[in-house]
Amino acid sequence: MYAVEVENLTKIYGKGDTAVTAIAEATLQVKPGELVALLGPSGSGKTTLLTAIGLINEPTHGRVVIDGTTVADEGWTTGLDLKRVRREKLGFIFQAHNLIPFLNAQENVMVALEINNMPKKEAKDRSAELLAALNLGHRLANYPSALSGGESQRVAIARALANRPKVILADEPTAALDTENGQNVMALLKTLAVENHSAIIVVTHDHRMVEGFDRIFQVSDGRITNGENAPLHWPRGRSNNVIAPEVPRP
Amino acid sequence: MNLAIRDIRYNRGRFVLTSIGLGLLIGVVMSMGGIYQGLFADAMSISEATRPDIWVVQQGTNGPFAETSRIQEDTRYRIALVPGVAETAPLSFQTVQIERAGKLFRFFIVGYDTKGFGGPPGILAGRGIKQAHYEMVAAQGMRMKPGETIRLGLHDYTVVGVTGKMVSSGGDPVAYVTLADAQEIQFQNDNDAIRNNRERIKATVGGIKALTPAQADLLTRTLTSVTESTHTVNTVVARLAPGANLEDVQGRINRWNHYRAMSDAEQTHVLTTGLIEKARMQLGLFRIILLVISAVIISLIIYTSTIDKMRVIATLKLIGAQDRVIVGMILEQSMLMGLLAYGIGYALIKLTYDKFPRRIVLDSFDLQSLFAIILVICAVSSFVGIRKAMRVEPAEALGG
Repeated sequence: MYAVEVENLTKIYGKGDTAVTAIAEATLQVKPGELVALLGPSGSGKTTLLTAIGLINEPTHGRVVIDGTTVADEGWTTGLDLKRVRREKLGFIFQAHNLIPFLNAQENVMVALEINNMPKKEAKDRSAELLAALNLGHRLANYPSALSGGESQRVAIARALANRPKVILADEPTAALDTENGQNVMALLKTLAVENHSAIIVVTHDHRMVEGFDRIFQVSDGRITNGENAPLHWPRGRSNNVIAPEVPRP
Repeated sequence: MNLAIRDIRYNRGRFVLTSIGLGLLIGVVMSMGGIYQGLFADAMSISEATRPDIWVVQQGTNGPFAETSRIQEDTRYRIALVPGVAETAPLSFQTVQIERAGKLFRFFIVGYDTKGFGGPPGILAGRGIKQAHYEMVAAQGMRMKPGETIRLGLHDYTVVGVTGKMVSSGGDPVAYVTLADAQEIQFQNDNDAIRNNRERIKATVGGIKALTPAQADLLTRTLTSVTESTHTVNTVVARLAPGANLEDVQGRINRWNHYRAMSDAEQTHVLTTGLIEKARMQLGLFRIILLVISAVIISLIIYTSTIDKMRVIATLKLIGAQDRVIVGMILEQSMLMGLLAYGIGYALIKLTYDKFPRRIVLDSFDLQSLFAIILVICAVSSFVGIRKAMRVEPAEALGG
């Protein structure tokens, strides 16, 4: 079973003459434990695709299935509690990490657990355990303003992982980080995907980071241009806008 | 996890400063209420200390607190004979303004018969009046101690005792003297005026050619005696015997010429509705305006605070937070701000109310009502922020 299945997903903003097609007939599947990228220039529709998968942007047409449950079919017509699906099955990582400034590192992770109705004591233990696993055990009581960019992003990752989601959606998670920290975050995501058996979909236009992905979907003008579910390899040192032919993973 | 508390804890400086500002405003609202209650208490001060059933005043007037009322002192004896009347007391009221320690000083003199009622309600220091003349019991507001003297008219009066916070309906402190002294202070002319009056009467009577010298002398002495008489009072108060019918007694006195028998309820109505109605309306309007200002300020603060947290709210929505989590955060902050501001306002008034020049009465029902109003204002004001928060799209958490 796929963790994420997207079939012919289309998103159109506006109506009539002013209608803009942000995503056109996108189809992709991501298996548990896979780390995939949505790669493309600004305005290509990759974030719109991510938000449609993340149940925060209603698709105009097409189907989205998360962990075997159809969550969107020609719009949000399934009657599911989408917030609950987001809480239980999805985790989000942002470019600006979006930590809540008035909560310390541990509370930032705990909030996701408590929103999902985990008892406080349990949430406290799990958040401490998660942060310790991400080498932030000594930073539990620190507020985001006292954390470095890399540390903040790791707290954000811990928060995304807190409820053991089936799918993690990351929007430019390395954009605000230097190369070393960016690579560390990517390596971490890769490890987490495998260890937690989570599908991780990363929106990026940062070509420095494409090495570790299992598959890369090139998005351009709202379309996945490298074919349905086509895996890509982005060779080290190549400039952007050039898609290399498929290279099987070792 | 209580997000409202966490946010307040993190931004405690801003929260406390805002609450202090709001607390000052609420303190002013409280003081307005206290001033109103104080006006009421002041207006009723003498009436409540006297506790009569009937106020007999000059016909066609509303009594000594509203306008000039003069009746003869000996009326008390006639009133005492009315069936149902247990006791009577003549009272004289007069506002006096003198210069003391280089400053103008206003107070209210109450003259009473020391053998009757209507005198000071209790003695806090010194003793009550024992001599027929030149002794005074001063209210606390006079700021005089037993043994101090004050010159009124032609004589010095010695303070022999201090009573409580007795004030006139205008808020001036009360000084009690004997009725005779009060009449003298109010009606007795100085020596030059007396001499002038006597000469005027003598000249007028001397001009009547029809009178013999003996008749002229008799008429002069009679007129002089009448014009120099000070046996006038502003009201005679009466207490009824148990079981007596108030309306019957009133009706009997009202049938006499020149008098009006007001019930204590009528007097209270004159004092509260007539004398302080405009002040009450003014204060009430001020309170409403200040409460509206408070509501606008709370709304703005909560709205601004919500705007500051748009990204946080979007993030919470994105990670699946229920609406109640977000509504709770905004509503609780608003309520906590209201609670803290109310506490600050209350503490401020509690610490300063006895330093106001006029009496501030903190009525518990009034304070509880204001507390409830503040909470309602906070709840309603937070709707502006909540409405804004509910419109935040989770997608706003994305992007740089």
